[in-house]
Amino acid sequence: MTATETHQAINAVWRIESARIIAGVARIVGDVGQAEDLAQDALVAALETWPRSGVPDNPGAWLMTAAKNRAIDLLRRDKRLELKHQQLGHELEAQREMAVPDLDRGLDDEVGDDLLRLVFTACHPVLSTEARVALTLRLLGGLTTDEIARAFLIPLPAMAQRIVRAKKTLAEARVPFEVPRGAELAARLASVLEVVYLIFNEGYSATAGDEWLRPALCEDALRLGRILAELAPGEAEVHGLVALMEIQASRSRARVGPSGEPILLLDQNRGRWDQLLIRRGLAALQRAERLGGAAGPYALQAAIVACHARARSPEETDWARIVEIYGALARIAPSPVIELNRAVAVGMASGPAAALELVDPLTALPALRTYHLLPSVRGDLLFKLGRFPEAKAEFERAAALTRNGRERDLLLKRAAACVESSTH
Amino acid sequence: MRFMVIVKADKKSEAGVLPTRQELAEMGKFNDELVKAGVMLAGEGLHASSKGARVRFSGGKQTVIDGPFAETKELVAGFWLWQVKSKAEAIEWIKRAPFKDAEIELRQVFEAEDFGAEFTPELKQQEERQRAQMAGQGRK
Repeated sequence: MTATETHQAINAVWRIESARIIAGVARIVGDVGQAEDLAQDALVAALETWPRSGVPDNPGAWLMTAAKNRAIDLLRRDKRLELKHQQLGHELEAQREMAVPDLDRGLDDEVGDDLLRLVFTACHPVLSTEARVALTLRLLGGLTTDEIARAFLIPLPAMAQRIVRAKKTLAEARVPFEVPRGAELAARLASVLEVVYLIFNEGYSATAGDEWLRPALCEDALRLGRILAELAPGEAEVHGLVALMEIQASRSRARVGPSGEPILLLDQNRGRWDQLLIRRGLAALQRAERLGGAAGPYALQAAIVACHARARSPEETDWARIVEIYGALARIAPSPVIELNRAVAVGMASGPAAALELVDPLTALPALRTYHLLPSVRGDLLFKLGRFPEAKAEFERAAALTRNGRERDLLLKRAAACVESSTH
Repeated sequence: MRFMVIVKADKKSEAGVLPTRQELAEMGKFNDELVKAGVMLAGEGLHASSKGARVRFSGGKQTVIDGPFAETKELVAGFWLWQVKSKAEAIEWIKRAPFKDAEIELRQVFEAEDFGAEFTPELKQQEERQRAQMAGQGRK
């Protein structure tokens, strides 16, 4: 193996193992930031040793042992030693007890528990949303700070500082390395799902820059979601979120045109939708529903995208059902954005005039004043009603509000089409 | 990126010999790991080529040839579809598979963005034609 190949192999091992190693070490030292530093030290040791000795047969175990040894060294030098020794003693005892019936299963479950603790810590409410996103990608996604910085179009030093600050905040707040229980669990799980979905959306509909889609972030979010579904298989909303992401991702090939321009849902070539992801998404939605979670916010959103996925042509879409689901969504999570989406569905089910009646009151809401999709939707409805000059003004307003270059082009094109239509 | 991980056939798989309980258990455990890591998208094992067929297109003529096929090592016995970050990661995963004697081939799956500049205006036209056709069908 050449030096480059060894380095690539080490990076690959890191990508596969880092979360488990950080989680395992964090359980010993009780601090996620410190655990990551120790895991990084083990990685540096591997980078020094493996090119000479070759990659070991079980590289994950090598890294885990190296990192844990460093953790124990650190504790020895630390005041926490006494206390932790007792805890470690208990743990070893517990492990031995578990080891009798089924060693593998015992260890697997333990790794799973550690990973769950890591997820909940990285998404702890003491952190800002941006910090949660960065930390989750770094600790659980195995991404480098550089990769995260590039994905979010932020200079590397700023992203590095964001991560350092997040780790410091966790340490200062003495956030325990644990899975929340009881009533707290639901709220904390919602925070975790929010972070994963934010990452997905940043990739799926890039809020800034000239690219409409940043597929790597979608893949990272999907992978996090799939991991989460395995870690917490009894949580319906996790499956709901996975379903939502799988089905949305199934359209990524169809939603960007040859020169990078966005293609709207109803104009997409459905033959290019990824049937494998659709099947996976529908299966995940079924799991959520079977767990009694059909009314959860992610499961409802997944049910909406599933309606589109099941329709072989736009005309076959069950708009009445979609209006119904948006209604259910509005009842559990009332928001002007959902109202706007419901109006779009009403427009498809009952015509643009009915929809415009629902959209017009939304224009008075301060929350939507800078939301480009409101004038975009209004423009579309006005266009369909033949009110071209008004439609043109709305498309132009939407174009001025969006931060995405590709979307701006599309909106300006629609504004231009209004002029053409009104002169014909 | 996605990789198709292709397991080549051997004498045993072509003879229709089923895996032992031990082998099944080991493979099940490996598949579990793949699922837990969010890597596994799909995976299937294939029957011996004696149950399959080939359809050959030659100068516009089609010939159906029933299995089995002789060149065992070139045949496929099973496949996975994996979502990974790099080819190195796919290799790292396959190293953990419980095979003793086997040949595995890893092939990267094309994604839309791979076409890049190769996605020519002609293809774009073809796309638009397809879309127009679909819209037309919908209206009927």
